[in-house]
Amino acid sequence: MSAKTLGPVRRKFAPWNDRSAVPLIRIQNVSKVFGSFTAVDDVSLDIYEREFFALLGPSGCGKTTLMRMIAGFEVPTSGSITIAGQDLTDVPPHRRPVNMMFQSYALFPHMSVEKNIAFGLEMDKLPRGEIAARVEEMLHLVKLEAFAKRKPHQLSGGQRQRVALARSIAKRPKVLLLDEPLGALDKKLREETQFELLELQMTLGMTFVIVTHDQDEAMTMADRIAVMNHGQFVQISPPAELYEQPVSKYVADFIGDINLLEGRVTKNEPGTIILDSEMTGSRIEAVGESSAGMGDKVWFAVRPEKVAISLEPPRDPTINATEGTVWDIGYVGDVSVYHVRLNSGGTMRVSIANTQRVVERPISWEDKVFLTWTPDSGIVLTR
Amino acid sequence: MRRLSIFNVVSLTIGFVFLYLPIILLVIYSFNAGRSVAVWGGWSTKWYSSVFENQQLLAASWVTLKVGVLSASVATVLGTLSALALARFGRFKGRTLFSAMVYAPLVMPEVITGLSLLLLFVSLNIDRGFWTIVLSHITFTMCFVAVVVQSRLSSFDRSIEEAALDLGCTPFMTFFRITLPIILPAVISGWMLAFTLSLDDFVIASFTTGPGATTLPMKIYSDVRLGIKPEINAICSLMIAVVTVTVMIASVMTKRQEVERERAERLAVAGR
Ligand SMILES: Nc1ncnc2c1ncn2[C@@H]1O[C@H](COP(=O)(O)OP(=O)(O)OP(=O)(O)O)[C@@H](O)[C@H]1O
Ligand SMILES: [Mg+2]
Repeated sequence: MSAKTLGPVRRKFAPWNDRSAVPLIRIQNVSKVFGSFTAVDDVSLDIYEREFFALLGPSGCGKTTLMRMIAGFEVPTSGSITIAGQDLTDVPPHRRPVNMMFQSYALFPHMSVEKNIAFGLEMDKLPRGEIAARVEEMLHLVKLEAFAKRKPHQLSGGQRQRVALARSIAKRPKVLLLDEPLGALDKKLREETQFELLELQMTLGMTFVIVTHDQDEAMTMADRIAVMNHGQFVQISPPAELYEQPVSKYVADFIGDINLLEGRVTKNEPGTIILDSEMTGSRIEAVGESSAGMGDKVWFAVRPEKVAISLEPPRDPTINATEGTVWDIGYVGDVSVYHVRLNSGGTMRVSIANTQRVVERPISWEDKVFLTWTPDSGIVLTR
Repeated sequence: MRRLSIFNVVSLTIGFVFLYLPIILLVIYSFNAGRSVAVWGGWSTKWYSSVFENQQLLAASWVTLKVGVLSASVATVLGTLSALALARFGRFKGRTLFSAMVYAPLVMPEVITGLSLLLLFVSLNIDRGFWTIVLSHITFTMCFVAVVVQSRLSSFDRSIEEAALDLGCTPFMTFFRITLPIILPAVISGWMLAFTLSLDDFVIASFTTGPGATTLPMKIYSDVRLGIKPEINAICSLMIAVVTVTVMIASVMTKRQEVERERAERLAVAGR
C-alpha cells in the first residue's frame, strides 16, 4: 500500500462537483423495456475515473439490467452509453473495456479454479509466466490458494463467489462492474475483501460500479451511491449526504433507520421551518430551507441516534419534544434501541450508545419517557 | 417402494418374453453346430468363423460401418447446429416452421422418406450408390441428434457464455472453448444414436442404394429369402452386440455425468 491512509485521497475526490471534469462512463437517457415492462426508465448518470460507485435499491429495481447494458449484454431501448468518449452502442461485449462479475457467478463448470481465473488473461494473449503470476496473485487476494485445482462444483457458495470476483478482477479492466460481489461471504471475510478491493482500486486506478444489498458496505466503500427504485434514480449522493440529507421519505427510510414525524407547516422562513404535529403533540422547529407552502403536510426526518431519551420532563414540552412509554428495547451490539409508543399512538425509535454513562437509573420497559431533539438534528421532507 | 404384485410380475414377464425371446433364440441358434436352423445339434462357434471367411458378408459389413460413421458424423454436426439455432436465436422469423421441419423426419414413415429421397436422386440424375445412402442417412438421423442436443441446451446457463464474451473471448471461440465442452456428452450420445440408427436401417437404404453398395441389413434380407443359414444368425448376433454396446455406452455416459454432478453438488453444499 503506497498511501498511509485513504483519508487524504478520498476527502479530496469529488470530480462530480467539478464542471470541467470529463466523466469516464456517461449514461444518457437510457431506458430498457422488456415487452411492456420498463426495467430501466430514462436514467442519466456520469461516473468518473477512479470512482467507487454503488447502486443500491430493492430487488427488481433494474440494477442488474443497467449493469448488463454497460457490459453490452442488453441493448438499451433508447439512450446512449459512452466510455472514455467512445459510443458503445455498436461495440460487442468482448470488445468493451469493461469486465463484469455476474450475480449468478457464471463460472465455467468444466475448468478448474485457476483456469477460470486465467481465462481472460489467455484471451489477452499474455505471456505464460505473467498469467501464472497474475493467477497466483488473484488466488491470494480471495484466499483460495488451496482450491486452485478444484472444479466449481466442488466449492461452497462463498468460495464460488470469490472465484467469480477473482476472475473479473484478473484482467484489471478500466471499469469493473460487480453485481453483488460479496453477498455470500461471512462478515469477517467480507470486510477483509472490501478492504482489498479499495486497496486494488487505489493501486490500479480502476473504476468500480458495484451493486449491493448491504447498506453498510455501500456507505463505507463508495464515493457516491445511487438509490434506485422502479428503474429510476431517486438520489445520487456521497454517503454522508445521502444519510444526512435524503431528498425523500423513500431514501430516508431506505438508508438506515429513521423517524418520520408528520406535521403541517405553520411558518416557513428562510432558515427556519415550524410544523404543528399531531403525532408528537407539539410544535417542531427545524433549521434549513424548504419549498413547502403554509399548511402543507410534510415530514420531519430525524435519525434515532439524534433523539434524546429521558425520564425527566424537558423544560419546554411544547417544542421539539414528545412523550410516550417504552414498548420494547433491542440491544444491537454497541447500541440499545428503544421503541417508544407515543401518547398520540405513533412510535419513535431512539438509539443510545451503550458506552454512555448512565447517571440516572436505567430506562426500562413500560417507563414513561420524554423524547427531545434539537432543530438541527433532522430535516424537513416534502415527499 | 411398493412390492410387486403377482399380476405385475406376470405382465412384466410376458412383456419381456415377447420382446426378447426371439432375440435370445437367434443368439442361441447362432451357436448351433447343426446345419438346420430348426434342429439343435450341439454347441459350436463354427458359424462365427465362417462369417469371417464369407467375403460378401464382410464387404457388406464394411459398407455398413463406413455409412454409419460418415453419416453419423455429418448428422451430428448438422443436428448440433440446428439445435443451437433453435435454442438460441429466440424468435427468429420462421422458427416454428424450421423446428417442425427439423423434427418431421422423426415421425415420418421410413417408406415415405425413402421413396421421396429416391425420387429426388432420380430427378437430379444422381448415380445411386454408397454416397446416396450416406446422404439419406444424414437426413433421417440428423433430427435425432438435434433432439438430444436441444434437450441439453435447454438447461444450459447462458450467462456462462456471456462471462466468456465479457472476458474478451470472441463468439466463435466461445462456442469451442465453453459451449461445446459443456454439451459434449449430449453430442456424443447424439452421434451414437445416429450411428446405431444408420446401422439398423433397411428400408431407406434399399430405396436409395445402387449397384455395388449393399449394406449388411440388405445382404441379410436377400440371403434369408434363399433360406436361413446359421451364418446369418451369427452375423445378426454380432450386430446385436455392437448396437447394444453403443447404446449402453451412450446411456451410461449421460447417466454417469448426472450422478457425478449430483454427488459433487452435495459435497459442495456440505461445505467441503
Ligand atoms: N430478460 C428479461 N425479460 C423480461 N424481464 C426482465 C428481463 N431481465 C430483467 N427483467 C425484469 O426487469 C426488472 C429488473 O431486473 P434486474 O435484474 O435488473 O433487477 P435487480 O435490481 O438486479 O434485482 P436484484 O436485486 O433482485 O438482483 C425485474 O422486474 C425483472 O423481472
Ligand atoms: Mg440483480
